[in-house]
Amino acid sequence: MNKIRLLFPALLLIAIVVFAEENITTLRPNQAITEEAEPPSMANVLNTDIRKERNYPMQPPIIPHKIRNYQVDLNTNKCMSCHSRERTQESQAPMVSVTHFMDRDGNFRAEISPRRYFCQQCHVTQSDSTPMVKNQFKDMYEVIETNKN
Amino acid sequence: MWNNIKHYWKLLWHPSIHFSLGFLTIGGFIAGIIFWGGFNTAMEFTNTETFCISCHEMRDNVYNELQHTIHFTNRSGVRAKCSDCHVPHNWTDKIARKMQASKEVWGKLFGTINTREKFLNKRRELAEHEWARLKANDSLECRNCHNFDYMDFTAQSQRAAQQHSTALASGEKTCIDCHKGIAHELPDMSGVEGW
Repeated sequence: MNKIRLLFPALLLIAIVVFAEENITTLRPNQAITEEAEPPSMANVLNTDIRKERNYPMQPPIIPHKIRNYQVDLNTNKCMSCHSRERTQESQAPMVSVTHFMDRDGNFRAEISPRRYFCQQCHVTQSDSTPMVKNQFKDMYEVIETNKN
Repeated sequence: MWNNIKHYWKLLWHPSIHFSLGFLTIGGFIAGIIFWGGFNTAMEFTNTETFCISCHEMRDNVYNELQHTIHFTNRSGVRAKCSDCHVPHNWTDKIARKMQASKEVWGKLFGTINTREKFLNKRRELAEHEWARLKANDSLECRNCHNFDYMDFTAQSQRAAQQHSTALASGEKTCIDCHKGIAHELPDMSGVEGW
């Protein structure tokens, strides 16, 4: 009796796996799992120095320049040699926002807070690659427009 | 002892008895060439990367860090080795630097930076020496390859062109003022101008 009870879910599982397999599009299409795929060529980091529009107000702005070998560790923070408050006049780079000076208790400090020290936790560079998965993000104005109709 | 020295001193200024003038001049000339060649070859050898990284202090610390940077590997395959940046190309300056480097031999013998920890503790001081040297000679070793007169600002990024066409062009700043830490990791930079 027990064996029969187990048989049905097992069959169902097999069926799901078999049917589902046909519909899955992987990131390596038309490539047998046993073969090594030809890797796509590496993308270049965009170095336009032109600020990109943010997709939503709270989005950490992206870095519009190369940051190869920028040292951000206990010893020093290369990003801050342009983006810190004292350096912006000379560098004309945007200053890190005031939120970065706030510690976890909401107090504003003289230096950027340790929890905001590692820039690349939130800010990243962009590359000229073609995305493997299409982005379905919609700007909120677009969402508002579609909801109106 | 004193008599011995006197004897040889006199002998040196005495005309030669056994050797002809020709032998002494031509022989001296050839010996001079061999000595000079040997001297320069030996000095060139101390400029090679093999020589620099034969010490673990260099191989495990600074050479290791260099390998991540654009001066080690890049699209065009032009590469800077240790002496390209740390030894002047001009002969007199080179000799002066090589004599200075005898202090590094001292450091090696007495193990001044023979552990990673000792090296890290001394890094700021060592870096400051190099910054001071490059500041004093207007970044000469950078300029051996990177010639300002032939920089194409249109091929540079906006940011780079902006800085190079103003601060660098006017001579107000030199390469090392902004490009610290391009080939090796930086020490604690607190108090350094521009950081």
